[in-house]
Amino acid sequence: MIEIKGLRKTYRAKGRRDREVVAVDGVDLTVGEGDVFGVLGRSGAGKSTLLRCVNMLERPDEGSVSVGGVELTALNRRRLRLARHGIGMIHQHFALLSSRTVAGNVAFALEVTGVSRAERRTRVAELLELVGLDGRADAYPSQLSGGQKQRVGIARALAARPKVLLSDEATSALDPETTDSILRLLLDLNRRLGLTVLLITHEMTVVKRICRSAAVMRDGRFVESGAVADLLHQPGSELARDLFPLDAPVSVPGQTVVDVTVGGEDADVPLLSEVSRRLDIDVQVLAGSVETLAAGRAGRWRLALPGDGAAAIHYLRSRGASVSTPPVDSLSAGSPAAGSFSAGSPAAGSFSAGSPAAGSFSAGSPAAGSFSAGSPAVSTPEEPS
Amino acid sequence: MTWSELSELLAVGLRETAWMVGVSTVLTAVGGLLLGVLLVLTAPGGLLAAPVVSSVLGFVVNVARSLPFIILLVAVIPFTRAVVGTTIGTDAAIVPLTIGAIPFFARIVEAALREVPPDVVAAATAMGATRSQIVGKVLLREARPGLVAGLTITVIALVGYSAMAGVVGGGGLGDLAIRYGYQRFETEVMVATVVALIAFVQLVQMAGDLLVRRLSHK
Repeated sequence: MIEIKGLRKTYRAKGRRDREVVAVDGVDLTVGEGDVFGVLGRSGAGKSTLLRCVNMLERPDEGSVSVGGVELTALNRRRLRLARHGIGMIHQHFALLSSRTVAGNVAFALEVTGVSRAERRTRVAELLELVGLDGRADAYPSQLSGGQKQRVGIARALAARPKVLLSDEATSALDPETTDSILRLLLDLNRRLGLTVLLITHEMTVVKRICRSAAVMRDGRFVESGAVADLLHQPGSELARDLFPLDAPVSVPGQTVVDVTVGGEDADVPLLSEVSRRLDIDVQVLAGSVETLAAGRAGRWRLALPGDGAAAIHYLRSRGASVSTPPVDSLSAGSPAAGSFSAGSPAAGSFSAGSPAAGSFSAGSPAAGSFSAGSPAVSTPEEPS
Repeated sequence: MTWSELSELLAVGLRETAWMVGVSTVLTAVGGLLLGVLLVLTAPGGLLAAPVVSSVLGFVVNVARSLPFIILLVAVIPFTRAVVGTTIGTDAAIVPLTIGAIPFFARIVEAALREVPPDVVAAATAMGATRSQIVGKVLLREARPGLVAGLTITVIALVGYSAMAGVVGGGGLGDLAIRYGYQRFETEVMVATVVALIAFVQLVQMAGDLLVRRLSHK
């Protein structure tokens, strides 16, 4: 749906012709129809420029951008305008017209595309219902909460029935609960309307909650990109590291420390207990969790295996898990977990056979941190709300 | 001077001031909006970026704004004659008033339009809005409270300028104050015109503020 090849964009520092800032430095990107693709990066990584190049708010210096099979870099002004009707965009600070009501803001997008007044009225009502804002049609943006403003932004972006939605840090100005509700809405629209979503964000939660594909961007380039499920299995993947931070030592005397990743259906197999039972060894979980991502269920652990761990590693691999040696730098400086490990009790928790594989747990082991020895805390999970 | 003479004088002065200020306000609103929009559009990074046009316009505006109004009044006399056919009277005063106020209001328009967040303009562009839609439905519409507030300031400045219209026989309240109050030492006329001017300016400001409050949804 979106196809970007060799995109480059350079800014000239104001007043000084020799100082150039390369914002996007040769990016290739393909977003399939109906995909939710997240570009993750810190501010200044060039992700905003990348996004603005997709609808030509910024003209790329080099490279091609095509959306829905139409090469945008080749269009004249008028045809670009028409092409833009098929590309919705939402913004970090909502970018609503303060002088217009909620209904007026949505209607603006329809006025721009030349929809008649009568048709506008029904379509606006439809759109407001779609985003859950019916009843607030006559409110002004200043009377709305952040989440409601973004809903107006989304309704407006969808007014012209685009196939593609670009999201420029759409949840960065929102609190966690509101972020959640907006992400749910985006995912819902993606499913119901078959909307292709390309978003940029610096928030891991966004990728976790709604992205099926993702890229990590740094200094204008993609460090890694692809399906989230595949990236998790890549050794040294930054996305995997950020989605599942493993704050634990990378070596334990007399044992072998490995990072294990499981994805899809494998995430719900009681794999660790299986290894333990079949090979009759103790497996210690130093850190890790199993989580439900938009890309599917996935689990990632840092384990301490007895001896050289060869048999266990072999077994884990045979069951579809990726096993790698932890990166040496992964015990990030100043990690609070690091200091609390005393010699002889190197465990942050371990697992008990047969436990449901969700989240982190601890049972019957010399426990670190807040667990008091001999009396592990056990509770039944709450129903998700 | 009797009360009826005084009120007669005041009524005439008020009518002349209202006429001069009213007509030049309308002309200034149109001219200033056009010039202000042009300044914003042609500025670097604007929708019609044209560096040369932009700096020429900016220069012309600055020159016009540098001239003391009394000098402008005299300097444009040939132009006034060409436009209204005479160089004296209220109608003749409208010409320099408008010429003096347009650059003033244009700068205010420029500042008000720049207050519209670039984000909002980008959003409209991303939606596929034309440039004229962006100017009409986004820039001017969003800046309305600022434009009205700016026009209020301009009207009040015009009331001040119009006091000098007496030089070309323009009349009005200000001229009344100068001729009777200052030159003839008729203090009561002075006081009366000053009170009338204060009331006039108050009314304009209140009306402007009310309108701004109505338009503003921030």
